[in-house]
Amino acid sequence: METTTRQYWLSLLAHSPAPRLAELLQQHLPPAADISWLRRAQTGLVMLQGRSGGSGSRFNLGEISVTRASCQIAGWLGHGWVRGSDGQHAELIAQADALLQNPQYYPPLQAALLQPLQQELSARREQSARAAAASKVEFFTMVRGD
Amino acid sequence: MYVAVKGGETAIARSWDLLAAARRGDSALAELSLGQIRQQLRLAVARVMQEGSLYDEELAALALKQAAGDTVEAVFLLRAFRTTLPRFASSKPLDTAAMRVRRRVSGTFKDVPGGQILGPTADYTQRLLDFSLGHSSEVPPCTLADSGVPQPLPSVLEVLAAEGLIEAEQPLPGDPEPADLTRQPLMFPADRATRLQNLARADEGWLLGLAYSTQRGYAESHPFAGEIRMGEVSVSVCPEELGFDIDIGEITLTECQMINQFAGSKTAPPQFTRGYGLSFGEAERKAMAMALVDRSLRAEELGEAAHAPAQQQEFVLYHSDNVEASGFVQHLKLPHYVDFQAELSLIRTLRAQANSSAPQEAAHD
Repeated sequence: METTTRQYWLSLLAHSPAPRLAELLQQHLPPAADISWLRRAQTGLVMLQGRSGGSGSRFNLGEISVTRASCQIAGWLGHGWVRGSDGQHAELIAQADALLQNPQYYPPLQAALLQPLQQELSARREQSARAAAASKVEFFTMVRGD
Repeated sequence: MYVAVKGGETAIARSWDLLAAARRGDSALAELSLGQIRQQLRLAVARVMQEGSLYDEELAALALKQAAGDTVEAVFLLRAFRTTLPRFASSKPLDTAAMRVRRRVSGTFKDVPGGQILGPTADYTQRLLDFSLGHSSEVPPCTLADSGVPQPLPSVLEVLAAEGLIEAEQPLPGDPEPADLTRQPLMFPADRATRLQNLARADEGWLLGLAYSTQRGYAESHPFAGEIRMGEVSVSVCPEELGFDIDIGEITLTECQMINQFAGSKTAPPQFTRGYGLSFGEAERKAMAMALVDRSLRAEELGEAAHAPAQQQEFVLYHSDNVEASGFVQHLKLPHYVDFQAELSLIRTLRAQANSSAPQEAAHD
């Protein structure tokens, strides 16, 4: 599996709301007995780094809560990392990651999971970007007349 | 000095009950949900996350509810909670240039590439109390432009940087790992990375007052708000088990690039200098104040006389943390009985001596 592809879906799954992910993934999940959990959801911290001036040296900005989980399904190792403390979200991502690496599951999940999630994410972002763009202004400096 | 005391368990338990009852208020009114706090008091949530130095809206909302809206107490609760969590990793540096911008303004150029975008700002409200909010109200729908804000949105300062008119912001050689105040104590002189971490979690009131003092002449740095942008930035980490970078979600950030008056030397022509502010959530006042104080703390590096409070590292950085400040101020409530008894007997002695010697002194006059 190409790294970029896996990077893509892990990012998409982390950017999608957990309830929607659960709804789309539910019917594709194997029986619980076929999932072996290497790590149930665990919440911890990631230190966020910024750069002075946006592009200079790194500095520590503050921490963010992150939840991770790992599982194995039919020999495929899945990892889930998501910001926040929603254990269910991390476990759903781990399961989806394991399934998506399996060439047998990838095509149906691409269509039934990734595609709708991507469409919805793009739509949310477009909506937000267009709403913001509606508040774009043109400032005019007043010319002093005689 | 204070001393340990025993007893008072029953009184303490009763005080907890009173606190819980006061927090809940009139039980005939609906209780606040964390979702309501997150959604409708988002700026209070953001402030608790900034000064608590932990980005988690749900925990910050809980802290605010528990603290009955006391920001500093909520910050304390969040700071205490973070100590119970393991550190998984550090993120890749946040790429604010790739921000999905919802607001971007510049005080230096009328026409900036991509335009000025006001976003959800209170700047143009008249600050008249809106009594319609006293009842539940309908919100008018937001207008959508035909096309969205471009992403990435070019930075305003790039225009100046391209001409070499402003100092370049490049990583130090080797892009060193920054010091971490959650692991190492604050030491002086503190480098800029340490200062920025301290300022990012500093009390907003403290920073605002110091920033204001620099504008009033206590460290003239002649600032302009080069660019302020607010929007969403993806968080990227490289988990050990994967070995490659992944995005784990997005957060809202406010960034302020302050442009300040020149510095030059025998070898370099004059250039504008920079102050930088970066804050969790929608936090323009905080980011601007941070940028002003970041710049004033660069006095020594830029060869300026550091005579004002806002230019003095120890003064600024040692007193910026409201958890520490609140703790030390409020510790005066703890029993200082022995200390005070000593002071009391001393003053009695002094007064007795003064009284017995008073007539003689009067006789000399």
